[in-house]
Amino acid sequence: METFMPVTKLATTSAMPRSRVIGAYLEEARSECLRYMRAPGFMLPIMLFPAMFYLLFGVLMAKSNGPDAARYLLASYGVFGVMSPGLFGFGVSLALERDGGLLTFKRALPMPPGAYLLGKMLMAMVAATVVILSLLVMALLLGHVTLAPVQIVALLFTGALGVLPFCALGMFVGTLIKGQGAPGMLQLIYLPMSFMSGLWFPLPMLPKFLQQIAPVWPSYHLDQLALAAVGMKQGPLLPHVLTLCGFAVGFLLLAARRLRRNG
Amino acid sequence: MPHSPDPIARLGGAVKRYGELTALDGADLRLQRGELLALLGPNGAGKTTAIGLLLGLIRADAGTVELFGQDPQRIEARRRIGVMLQNAELPPTLRVGELLRLTASYYPAPRALAETAELAGIADLLKRPYAKLSGGQQRRVQFALALCGRPELLFLDEPTVGMDIEARQKLWAAIRQLTSEGCSVLLTTHYLEETEALADRVCVMAHGRMIHEGTVDELRARVAMKRIRCLSALPLEIVKGWPEVSEVRRDEERLYIATADAELVVRRLLDADHHLRELEVHRAGLAEAFTELTRDADEASDNDQREAA
Repeated sequence: METFMPVTKLATTSAMPRSRVIGAYLEEARSECLRYMRAPGFMLPIMLFPAMFYLLFGVLMAKSNGPDAARYLLASYGVFGVMSPGLFGFGVSLALERDGGLLTFKRALPMPPGAYLLGKMLMAMVAATVVILSLLVMALLLGHVTLAPVQIVALLFTGALGVLPFCALGMFVGTLIKGQGAPGMLQLIYLPMSFMSGLWFPLPMLPKFLQQIAPVWPSYHLDQLALAAVGMKQGPLLPHVLTLCGFAVGFLLLAARRLRRNG
Repeated sequence: MPHSPDPIARLGGAVKRYGELTALDGADLRLQRGELLALLGPNGAGKTTAIGLLLGLIRADAGTVELFGQDPQRIEARRRIGVMLQNAELPPTLRVGELLRLTASYYPAPRALAETAELAGIADLLKRPYAKLSGGQQRRVQFALALCGRPELLFLDEPTVGMDIEARQKLWAAIRQLTSEGCSVLLTTHYLEETEALADRVCVMAHGRMIHEGTVDELRARVAMKRIRCLSALPLEIVKGWPEVSEVRRDEERLYIATADAELVVRRLLDADHHLRELEVHRAGLAEAFTELTRDADEASDNDQREAA
């Protein structure tokens, strides 16, 4: 009797070859990158702010402060620039997509688990790399900074991976706030945190209290790594790397929990 | 025909609460392979919650929820469905073709892009950015995304909202073509006309429960009331006095009568007024049947609450 049931059809249609699953991840990442690269309202502020700051403070005004100022600020404005695709690219888009129903739609579809987050992560990494590249071009051509090829690679690497803890933080904020409230909230985190981590003015120029609490901020640790990459810092790097990993995993778990519960 | 096949989607006594509010209160639903089931009900009846459970978006507090005999939160079950939700803002800067390519990539054996576009009537839109489309065109693209994975079951939540009559009829034709190929459909709609045009079976919800299930004709028959109209000089009091008449009113010369026993009332009318003209008898439409059903459910639930209080 079983032969009358369309059993064979049921068994075959939902099996998905591995190559197609990988293809789905790639498509998701490709679409995510495409859609934001095409949205000037998103890309321009991310690219322009760090570039403008660096041009002003790192290239034009740093000449009087000696050759190391441009190199030092390349690292810290680089970190400043890397934070925003993480916080905004991830956080704001998640908040908007939760609000607009896109996330609900994607969850109803058979999108492979994780493809959504992985796509956004990749997009943030690409944007962070582009930010660092633009600062590097200015530093090398206009700021007369000299960097060894290995230092250039190290800084790009720091930027591309360093965006991840901020993706996790942005994602967490995106699960707390829906829709248009998220950008304001993220600015309130982004700007003070950048200032207090010594990204705008070197830490020794800040009040003692702020210097003491600086290690609380993930951006402080990323700045230390970036400084090391351009040869401005000696000492062990592992504690900074571990702290950043801890931040990333912690906020990722918090956000994942909220997403599972509240959608 | 296979003998009593298992339903491809099923709710069994499903309960879902949001704090104080009980959105689903023991809802039962069975969708068989190949049928188009329309889920009707006023706003707040629990339709969206029922769909949300079947799509695996939310978890039931009690009862069973199955999609192809599996938990809908399993991706294997969802690889066999297509979804068109009421409001999903798709990425505005992506082109229609890119959206289709992305969505099709989630499925094991999707349709060719051209075939999908042809079926949904969007072949001329593939190169356009999504944000540049009109509301009706965006709905058609969303329909295309729902069917691009060659699904065995389509969830269509208010699919024709914002479409003009022509677009609506094209979409109906596409839905009919899909069902003729064996695709099942779970449709929610506010347009009873749409239900009459498409549905094999109708499920009416109110207050988180199914209050009626059957064919469109059965739903109509459930409300036995018929409407009589005529031109007559008969005084209202006389007509009101007939036991079969449940409601009567007059608009100048025209009489409007509601009754469960039209034949008897017509006979009385003709006996009482030999000059009676323009006699019409109507069966209650789906809209009236629907209103009646949900009103009964409202009263029942009010009574429940009063008893509980």
